[in-house]
Amino acid sequence: MKTATARPPRDVAAPTGADHPPPRRTGAWTWLRRSYRRYWYAWAMVLPVVVVLGVLVGYPLGWGVYLSFTDANEMNVAKDIGVNHVPATYDVIGLDNYWHILSGEEGNFYPRLWWTVVWTVSCVFFHYTIGLGLALLLNRRMRFRALYRVLLILPWAVPAFVAAFSWRLMFNSQYGVFNAILTDLGMDPVDWLNGPTSQKVAVVMVNVWLGVPFMMVALLGGLQSIPSELHEAAEMDGASAWQRFRHVTLPGLRPVSSTVILLGTIWTFNMFPIIFLMLGQGNSADSEILVTYAYRLAFAGVRDYAGAATYGICILSILLVFSVFYRKAISDESPGGRPRTTRRREAVR
Amino acid sequence: MTATVSTPSDRRSSGAAPAPARVRRRGQRSTAASVALHATLIGACLIAVFPVLFIFFISLKDRNGWQDPTGVSGGLGLDNYRHVLSETEFPRWFANSVIVACGTMVVGVFIAASAGYAISRMAFPGRRPLMWTFLVTQMFPVAVLIVPLYNILGDLGQLNTYTGLVISYCSVSVPFCAWMLKGYFDTIPVDIDEAGRVDGLTPFGVFYRLVLPLARPGLAVTAFYTFLTAWGEVAFARAFMNSEDMATLSAGLGTFVGQHKQEWGLMTAASIMITVPAGLVFFFAQKHLVSGLTAGGTKG
Repeated sequence: MKTATARPPRDVAAPTGADHPPPRRTGAWTWLRRSYRRYWYAWAMVLPVVVVLGVLVGYPLGWGVYLSFTDANEMNVAKDIGVNHVPATYDVIGLDNYWHILSGEEGNFYPRLWWTVVWTVSCVFFHYTIGLGLALLLNRRMRFRALYRVLLILPWAVPAFVAAFSWRLMFNSQYGVFNAILTDLGMDPVDWLNGPTSQKVAVVMVNVWLGVPFMMVALLGGLQSIPSELHEAAEMDGASAWQRFRHVTLPGLRPVSSTVILLGTIWTFNMFPIIFLMLGQGNSADSEILVTYAYRLAFAGVRDYAGAATYGICILSILLVFSVFYRKAISDESPGGRPRTTRRREAVR
Repeated sequence: MTATVSTPSDRRSSGAAPAPARVRRRGQRSTAASVALHATLIGACLIAVFPVLFIFFISLKDRNGWQDPTGVSGGLGLDNYRHVLSETEFPRWFANSVIVACGTMVVGVFIAASAGYAISRMAFPGRRPLMWTFLVTQMFPVAVLIVPLYNILGDLGQLNTYTGLVISYCSVSVPFCAWMLKGYFDTIPVDIDEAGRVDGLTPFGVFYRLVLPLARPGLAVTAFYTFLTAWGEVAFARAFMNSEDMATLSAGLGTFVGQHKQEWGLMTAASIMITVPAGLVFFFAQKHLVSGLTAGGTKG
């Protein structure tokens, strides 16, 4: 990695192309022909991915956008009944779906959005702080370090749906182990998965349990990449432990932190299995996040394909806006106005 | 000056808290700090390990043993495992999951490898937009694609088939693999490519004969992680595989504890059997996993 960044990366394929700006456009056609001659192997290499993305992501996405402008549901989409083919009878109704959802008329979007935000923020907060704490502890010289590390990343190895069912058993109000412990201690059992607040606490707990190891390992990697000379220098200059943490460790972790927080936010926002499987079907509409709610719209009861598609587009827009602002905030905040990542990326171009 | 004098004591006293002091071999940590450090870590490990051990414990009891979570009344044995393997559809679901996850893994890595290489090494028009597309597709919630994919697969008659599910998983795994592999190719020195070019290889030759063999560990990690993602996916599997004999593990496991059945004993045994292979694969892959995941983001 070091070698690749230490000197300006050269463009292996087109030795003259990387360091010079593309030739002035004399005409789109000439430009295209010239760059085809220079870059055709690069394009040939990315072609499979572009085709697959176009077919598997682009086309369904376009179809989803189209659906969100219609009133498609289970009743009026094209289907085969026996040998008869029933053509689709749904209509394009323009922005009605969006209006219906965003105006609050439908009554589910804003409560679900609010809970999704609370869920995401609390999960990512605990993931990050606990992960950072454990990473700092593990970054010391001590006995059994390797053992601790292996045990601590164990939750990551458990598939999310297995974790969801396992915790459901442990939270079981009658036979769950938590309530057994509570009763033994002389306290009242808690109906974990049915109370409106307790079920939210429960799902956040489970997701924190699942998500901390990733943060921990990522931040540990970040900590180990901070040169120890920086700490030594700070110590020589009389910085206290807190000051060293605040002014050496945290800035050193910045590139890793910004990436894992962005990834973690996206993943948690879309975290489907935990909420869907732990709270089961029925009596939990209050604790649905946007993704699980959209899924239920599409596949439970009378299937409301248009509504689910609209929800999907809304979720995607929220995430896109968030990440654009996030990246911008990160680059504005960092010293010198531009983050190292951007500078390095420019060097590549 | 005074600050310098106070530093050692600071360090010693801060050892107990999750302090950032980078401990060098100087024996600065006091006994109390050591005890606190180990106690915290042991506590955290217990929390991390407890659910897994507990489920394992329950799975060893008899079929209704889960109703007595803290005792061992029925004795321990492998009854649940025997029952799950011989009298439920579990082996079938297991096979389905293996087929789908392997298919996704092979297709994902195969398609994505060359793109990861091109993005890592060549500055071509369209490189930045492509990187962005990879990032944005990670944001795609299930909810955006699931309805259109369901309709499209339905039209093509691919619901309830392995192909259909593998194809839908590829919408996630291909950009992800390209992203991971790009990160790995970045760590292979460019000099190797140049040497190959000087010796007369085409860019494709460099890729297939030099870089791919060197990237084997990276390919393995990417493949395994793709496998695990497919292994643990829930939403697509439940929506697209709706007949019992085509269900994958994530859909099948739920049938043990539906509305009319509460077979938690069997569920725990199945959980353990699902987790063990995934866990083995995971521990093999985890070393390089994080660097791969974050590399794409921190380096353009």
